[in-house]
Amino acid sequence: MLDLARSFRMGNISPLDITEKILEAIRHDPLNAYITVDETGARNAAKKAGEGIRQESNNLLLGVPVAIKDNICTKQMATTCASNILSSFVPTYDAHVVEKLKKLGAVIVGKTNMDEFAMGSTTTTSKAGPTKNPWDLTRTPGGSSGGSAAAVAAGLCAAALGSDTGGSIRQPASFCGITGLKPTYGSVSRFGLIAFASSLDQIGPMARSARDVAVLYDAIKAYDQKDSTSVDIGYLPTTLDGLDMQGVRLGVPKAFFGKGLASDVEKAVKDGISVFKELGAKIIDIDLPNIRYGVAVYYIVATAEASSNLARYDGVRYGLRKKDADDLIDMYMDTRAKGFGLEVKRRIVLGTYALSAGYYDQYYKKASKVRTLVIEDFAKAFKMCDIIIGPTTPTPAFGLYEMAEDPLSLYLLDIYTIPANLTGVPALSVPCGFTKEGLPIGMQLMAPAFKEDILLGAGIAFQDHTGFHEVRPQWNMM
Amino acid sequence: MEYDVIIGLEVHAQLLTETKIFCSCPTTFGDKPNTNTCPVCIGMPGILPVLNKKVVDFGIKLGIATHCKIAKTNIFARKNYFYPDLPKGYQITQYESPLCEHGFLDIDTNGGGKRIGITRIHMEEDAGKLIHDLENHRSFIDFNRAGVPLLEIVSEPNIRSTDEADAYLKELRQLLVYLEICDGNMEQGSFRCDANISVRPKGSSSFGVRTELKNMNSFRNVHRALSYEIKRHIDVLKSGREVTQQTMLWDEATNTTCSMRTKEESHDYRYFPEPDLIPVMVDDAWIEEIRKTLPEMPRERRKRFEDVYVLPGYDVDVLTQSRDVADYFDDCVSLLDSPKEIGNWIMTEVLRVLKEGAADIKALKVTPKMLTSMIRLIDDGTISGKMAKDVFNEMVETGKSPGEIVKDSGLKQISDEGHLKSLAKAILKDHKREVESYKKGKTQLIGFFVGQLMKATKGKANPKLTNKIIKEILEE
Repeated sequence: MLDLARSFRMGNISPLDITEKILEAIRHDPLNAYITVDETGARNAAKKAGEGIRQESNNLLLGVPVAIKDNICTKQMATTCASNILSSFVPTYDAHVVEKLKKLGAVIVGKTNMDEFAMGSTTTTSKAGPTKNPWDLTRTPGGSSGGSAAAVAAGLCAAALGSDTGGSIRQPASFCGITGLKPTYGSVSRFGLIAFASSLDQIGPMARSARDVAVLYDAIKAYDQKDSTSVDIGYLPTTLDGLDMQGVRLGVPKAFFGKGLASDVEKAVKDGISVFKELGAKIIDIDLPNIRYGVAVYYIVATAEASSNLARYDGVRYGLRKKDADDLIDMYMDTRAKGFGLEVKRRIVLGTYALSAGYYDQYYKKASKVRTLVIEDFAKAFKMCDIIIGPTTPTPAFGLYEMAEDPLSLYLLDIYTIPANLTGVPALSVPCGFTKEGLPIGMQLMAPAFKEDILLGAGIAFQDHTGFHEVRPQWNMM
Repeated sequence: MEYDVIIGLEVHAQLLTETKIFCSCPTTFGDKPNTNTCPVCIGMPGILPVLNKKVVDFGIKLGIATHCKIAKTNIFARKNYFYPDLPKGYQITQYESPLCEHGFLDIDTNGGGKRIGITRIHMEEDAGKLIHDLENHRSFIDFNRAGVPLLEIVSEPNIRSTDEADAYLKELRQLLVYLEICDGNMEQGSFRCDANISVRPKGSSSFGVRTELKNMNSFRNVHRALSYEIKRHIDVLKSGREVTQQTMLWDEATNTTCSMRTKEESHDYRYFPEPDLIPVMVDDAWIEEIRKTLPEMPRERRKRFEDVYVLPGYDVDVLTQSRDVADYFDDCVSLLDSPKEIGNWIMTEVLRVLKEGAADIKALKVTPKMLTSMIRLIDDGTISGKMAKDVFNEMVETGKSPGEIVKDSGLKQISDEGHLKSLAKAILKDHKREVESYKKGKTQLIGFFVGQLMKATKGKANPKLTNKIIKEILEE
C-alpha cells in the first residue's frame, strides 16, 4: 500500500490503472474473495483520486484500492453479512470507518466474503460460497474475515477492513500470510458494523505489512459519538519508524505453547521470538491462569449477545421475508429458517439457552465473572511485560471442509485469539515463517489497551528484519 | 366471608423530551405514520443507540419527588421478545439496577392520608404501534412511537381498594405534570397503567393468586376494570375454585376482562446487560443540580392553599390542578391578600377563557397585576362585580389595564350618595303603585326598584349602595 502511494506520486502508475488491474483480476478470481464488486464506484473514486494525487502528498490512502468486509455497512452498496436473510439489504448509511475512508479518497473496490454474520473461522459458511486460500486453493483462508485476508494476500486490493470478535482478523491474516490488527475495544467506531457480539466486535485493518496496517489503522481510529462504547483518548498518529526493541519486555505465556500446537507453528513462533531477542528484547515467562476458560467464556458471551443481536432479522422491516405464512409466528419461523445457515442457527440456539430463565446465572453471569478474571490476569501480566507474544493459531490453514463436522474442535482453535477480545486489548498477527508445505504461519503480539503504537512498532521492527510478509502466495494477480 | 384487596400498579409515563431516548427523532404525537423515524429507532443493521441524557434528568426528578434512592450506576438491559412493533427484537430497559428505588407517594383518600410505596422507577424505550385493517387482513406499523422515552413506575402492592388506586394514579399523574416531565394524557397513551390484583380472606397474611390487568386507557376504565376484576376474583374464590395466574385484558365494549395469556404462555425475556451502552454514572452533584429545579410538590401546595389561604377543598383542587394556574394564583395573592375572591375569579373567568381559547395561562394578557388591580376597583366601589366582568373581557382582548379601561369607557360606577338618592326618589315617584305594594309587605319589589335605577344609569349605579338607599327611602 505504501509502495503504491509512492508509485502514484512518482507517476509510475495511476490510481485508475491499479484499480482497472484489480477489477480485471477479480473477474478471474478463483478464490471467491468478493461478494460484491463496485466497478463503477471504484473507477469514479480512482479517477477523482488521480486528479488530487500531487496536491495531497501526505494522504497515503488517496487512490488506494481498499476492500471492506461485507458486515460493514456501505451506503447504496449491498451489505449482506454473507447471509440469505440480508441478501437484498442495501444500507442507506455508511459505517463510520467507511465514511472516513471515503473522505480520504480511498478507492472502495467492493465487499469481501466472510462467514455468515462473522460466525466461523473458515469462510465456508457464506451464502456466497467459500473463499479459498491463495497459498493452496484446497485450504481455507481462515475466517471470518477470510475474503479480506485472501484479497490482500492475492493482491486483489492493497488493504482491507475486517472485523474481529474472537480472532476473525488475526486468524485469517495468519492463514494467508498477511498482517492484521484487532484494535483496542473502543478505539474504532462500531457504528455501521453489523453486530455479532457487541461487547467483543471490533473493526480492524488488514494489509501485507505492519506499516500498511498502521496507516490504515490511523485512518479509522477515532472517537465517534454515534458509538457509546467509543473511547475518546485524543488519538495520535502512529510512528512508522519501528520500535527500538532494546529492553522491551516480551511476555511468553506458558499456556500458549501447550498441547495441540503444531510443531511447525511452534518452531516458527519461537524463531520469531528469537528475532526480537536479537534486537534486544527481554523474554519473560508469564502466567495467564484463567485463559484456559477463555473459549468456554467466549462461546457463552458471544452466542448470548448474538442471539439478541440477530433478533431484528424477523422479516418485518427489511431483508428476507417468507411469503404465504399462515400467521405472524409462521412468518417469523419460515423467514429465519430460510434466512439463516446452520452455524448461525447453532449459535442463536446456544445463546438463547445461555440467557434463558434458570440458566442465566449458571452460564451468562458466570461467564461474565470469569471474563473479569481473565481481564485481571492480563492486567497483572502487563505489569511484568510490555507485549505478550505467542502463536496466532495452533495450526496452519487446514482443508476447506476438514473441520465442518466437528464444530467443537473448530471452536477450540480460537484459543489464542479469544483472550484479546474478552479483555479488549489490541492484538496484532504478523507472518513469522512457513510450514514444510509452504503455508504461512502467524505470530501474535498483544499490548495493553490503547497501546497500538507499541504493537505496530514491534511489528514494523520485526518486518524490517524479516521477509516473511513479502513472500507472495501461489495464486496472486501480479 | 370478607376479602382484602391487594393492588399494585405499574405506570408507564411518556416523557416530554424533545427527542427520543436513543436517537434524535422528535417525539411529537399524532404526526403522519413513520415520519419521525431513523435507522436507529427502526432497528436497521449496524446501528447503535446513544442515550438522551434528558431522560436521566427526568428520571432523577421523579425519583427525588417520590423520595427514592437514586442509583449511582445505571445499567441498561435488553428485554428480548419478538413482536412486529419492536424493531430490534428487544426493548432497551433497565432490569437489575433501576434508576430509582425504595420511594413513596402520599395520597389522600376518604379515610385520610396514606403512604403508597414506590418499588422502582426505571427508564426504557417505547415500542411502535400496530394498526390492523381487519377487513383486508393486513396490519401496518407506525414506528413514530418507537424509542419515545418512558419511565416505568412500579408501586408496592399496598393499594387496598379501587378508590386508593384512583387516588394514587391521580396523585402520580399530577406530580408528573407538575414536574413537567409528562403531559399525563391517558387517552393519547402518554400515561398508561397496568395493575396486579389479588384478593385474600380478611386477616390472612399470605397473598392470593394474582392476575395482571392491561388495556385500561382512562381513569374511568381503570376504576371499572379494577372493580370488575376484584369481583371476579372474589366470585371465583367464593365458588370454591382457584384464581388462575394470567394476564387479563380490559374490554371496554363489554365491560369485562378476558384472558390474554396464562403463566405458561408468558415470555422468557432473557434479560442481559445492554452491551451497546456504557453504564450511566449518577453522582451527587447531578442529583443536587436536578433537586434545585424541583417545584413545590402538588400535595404540599394543596396543603398550603388549605392552611395558609384557608380555601375550601373544592377551590384547592381546582386551583392546584395545573402548576401554572397555581403559580398564577400565588402571584395574585402576593399582590392582594384576598385569596377567596382571587380564587373565584380564576376558577370562573380565567379558567373559562383558557378553556375557550386553549391559551396557556402564561400567555394570557391578563397578568396577576391586572387581575388584582381589577379586584381592587371592585373593593373600593369604583366598579361593580358585573362591570368587572366586562372589564375582564376587555383585558383579555386588549391587554389594557383595568384603570385605563374604566377611564376610557366611562364604566365608572356611580357611588355618590346624593346623586343616587335624587335618582331613587325620582324613580319611586314614577312608580307609586309599586311603592304602595311594597309598603303592604311585598318587599321583594326592592329588586324592581334597583333594576329601574340601574336601567336609568345604564348599569353604572353602585348596586350595593343603590339597594341601601332605596331601602332607606322606602322605610322612612
